[in-house]
Amino acid sequence: MEGLGGTAPSGPRVPGLGLGWVLGRRRPPAPLLAAGIVVGAAAMLPAAYLLIVVAGDLGPALEVAFDADTALLVARTLGLAAAVTATAIAIALPVGWLTVRTDLPARRLWTTLLTLPLVIPSYVGAYLFVAALGPNGLLQDLLGVEQLPSIYGFAGAWLVLSLFTYPLVLLPVRSTLRRLDPQLEDAARAMGRTPTETFRSVVMPQLWPALAVGGLLVALYVISDFGAVSIMRFDTITNELYLTYKSSFDRTAAAGLGAVLVVLMLLALWLNSRIRNARATHRLGPGPARPPRAYPLGRWRWPALAGCGLLALAALVLPVAVLVYWSTKGISAGSTTIEFAAGLAANSLMTGVGAAIFGALAALVLAVLVGRFPSPLSRALERLGHAGFALPGIVVALALVFFATRAAPALYQTLTMLIFALTVHYLPLAIGPIGASLAQVSPRVEEAARGLGRGPIEVFRSITVPLVRGGILAGAALVFLHAVKELPATLILAPIGFETLATEIWTQTSFGFYEASAIPSLILLAIAAPPLYLLSERGTVTA
Amino acid sequence: MSATATAAAPLRLRGLAKSYDPAVAVAGLDLEVEAGTTCALLGPSGCGKTTTLRLIAGLEPPDAGEIAIGARILNGPGVSVAPERRRIGMVFQDYALFPHLDVAGNVGYGLGRKPDRGRIAEVLELVGLAGDAGRPVHELSGGQQQRVALARALAPTPDLILLDEPFSNLDAGLRDRLRQEVREILTEARVTTLFVTHDQAEALSIAESIAVMREGRIEQTGTPEEIYSRPASRWVARFLGEIEVVPGEAADGRVDCELGSLAADHGVSGAVDVLIRPESIAIGISGPEGAANAEVVGRRFYGHDQLVELRLASGHTVRSRRLGFPAWHPGDRVRAWVDGPTDVLPRERARDVAPVG
Repeated sequence: MEGLGGTAPSGPRVPGLGLGWVLGRRRPPAPLLAAGIVVGAAAMLPAAYLLIVVAGDLGPALEVAFDADTALLVARTLGLAAAVTATAIAIALPVGWLTVRTDLPARRLWTTLLTLPLVIPSYVGAYLFVAALGPNGLLQDLLGVEQLPSIYGFAGAWLVLSLFTYPLVLLPVRSTLRRLDPQLEDAARAMGRTPTETFRSVVMPQLWPALAVGGLLVALYVISDFGAVSIMRFDTITNELYLTYKSSFDRTAAAGLGAVLVVLMLLALWLNSRIRNARATHRLGPGPARPPRAYPLGRWRWPALAGCGLLALAALVLPVAVLVYWSTKGISAGSTTIEFAAGLAANSLMTGVGAAIFGALAALVLAVLVGRFPSPLSRALERLGHAGFALPGIVVALALVFFATRAAPALYQTLTMLIFALTVHYLPLAIGPIGASLAQVSPRVEEAARGLGRGPIEVFRSITVPLVRGGILAGAALVFLHAVKELPATLILAPIGFETLATEIWTQTSFGFYEASAIPSLILLAIAAPPLYLLSERGTVTA
Repeated sequence: MSATATAAAPLRLRGLAKSYDPAVAVAGLDLEVEAGTTCALLGPSGCGKTTTLRLIAGLEPPDAGEIAIGARILNGPGVSVAPERRRIGMVFQDYALFPHLDVAGNVGYGLGRKPDRGRIAEVLELVGLAGDAGRPVHELSGGQQQRVALARALAPTPDLILLDEPFSNLDAGLRDRLRQEVREILTEARVTTLFVTHDQAEALSIAESIAVMREGRIEQTGTPEEIYSRPASRWVARFLGEIEVVPGEAADGRVDCELGSLAADHGVSGAVDVLIRPESIAIGISGPEGAANAEVVGRRFYGHDQLVELRLASGHTVRSRRLGFPAWHPGDRVRAWVDGPTDVLPRERARDVAPVG
């Protein structure tokens, strides 16, 4: 055995070293393994530090967590999440069916229009809602009345969040409907079932996984939403957490609330996996031989068109119209200068691009480790990479503030810390597409390149990277998209005086300066739309 | 084709071993492939053929043993040469072409950052793809992809070419044609070649020598004719094709069995098994002296030929492969005799009874 190591592609087995199995049969190169450990540790840092803070002050933290006020907040948060999730499914299911399985006129156009609300962050949607219908809003201007019925509270938060999150359900529903085997429906019909019965007994069971995935994304979005509920003045755990953090210096209370929020997120994830496992469907036999059949709508065509039109109006056309209205008003009033807006955009781009680059690199490290050097350790590191998914942005930010103030004061309120937070929070979004595209590349291809005289690094550069480029771009685009929109983490972690589009929109809206919010909002949508388009073309849109 | 000719060197494997706990893939394998010749590593699936190839290519480290090409030791005590420094070209079962590069990009990959266009053209000419240099590889047919893979492996003038089940992804007609083409290309390139296959016909038709592998070891090496007509064991005999085993008694360079008195090596005597391929068993209404009486008890017709099942006087049944015409029918009383090479082995040992994997 001795001496076989040398320059071999993977080290020799080391008998007698008890932990050898942790590293697997093919040993990863030391620098790659080191990078993977750094990434895993970084991804774990917020959750671990939150745990340390809570555990270090357990009594008071538990007191906050089991407080009667907290219980009420939990109830309000879960109530809102349930209502929005149900509404999003109620909107997405018929729209998905209409745009995939019927002869609805202009289906492609409707698909695009009704997916686009995804680029509007909830706080922009809420701001537009208030700017249109709230005090001193557009409607009041137009009607010339002194006062309108209040739009704040549960109803407003529920409506706004539903209108801008239903695409999260629509996308998986549409992709499932497109892949359904129409022969199953034919078989049900041939056995004497009516179309309605067929839908209930054959189509719905197959749609459950899509509804579960989409519904989970909506629920997680609502639980961790900060902007919309704050603007609509509906108290949930998330904005209470922010207020607690901002108003007092009682970090323990904030940590306690953060822990409650994490428990809610984990609960939603657990519920989702239960539903998915219980409803798992498998296709038997070969794939669909024919594309899905389009049902003729007949006289239902007009109500269907009206419904889609109304939705597009409420979720896309009116918001954009209101935005344009306030923008022109803002520009003519001179409340926002182009230079100022450009500065905000540059800051947003810098943080977004920074998080996208580091997120994609970190995800690539994890994907290569788990895909090319499978071992218990690789798999554990990859799972740690997903830790950010269970933490809302505000909790990630809070945990990092604790970490910085206690362990690394030099990093407190620096751009480095902000980009780090956005990277670990959105890293899971990049792991998916990068891992999937690496799985498409046969290790034989890399071995062939080695045999042709190129070293491992050269093979990675000239073969692996070009082949997974699409996945890397998609992963980076997803991280970018979410990082530029992120509000609470940016509010908490941004260096003093460092304003981004998101923070500026929030600040101006909270003061009721609608003109001043309009231009940054418009720029934010313009920045977010291209990566979303790129992703929807690839069919890899998630969250 | 001077530029494709390499200073051909022999491949030598000594005591090569590799196990994946607890399975033993390669168990102390010895093999030599003469310079510039093509050797087939033939064996049933799971016998360790592909692992052997991957060890030679340096894609897996061996547990023990030595790999050398000519005087260059690739694996041995204190030596382990990285795959990129071995000067070995490998053609994978699924070709493993680089999907983001065109034909010329694939072929030129092993020629360094600035590949010599002339060399690329020369190799493409050799494999008959001279006009396809600029095509994306996904546009090519399976056979063309295979030739690109071969050209890519040949381009850097390697000391050794390894082919892993190179024809298994092709349909039957194309496979036959490509085997001949590849054989011609390899002969022209005069490169030492080791290819892995589980297909007996493939090994017999292209290789100059065959190493039959079983359970991580080499069972027999020799020319295709030797392996086929003088198998070292019943297992090898059965693996290479249908075989009849008839008990006999050997003495003084002859062996007597129910099908007559046959020539045998002088070394054997006593109770033996005579191994006869069905095509070496002739039948007729009348036969030469010493032919056995037999009755036709079954027949399978394949068009070009027929397999006739005979029951001898002792009750022992053997099969005879004849041309499709004239037809024999169950109930026909015939004479049967041996007309072709036979092999004589001492009476059956337990290990050899195992069925072909």
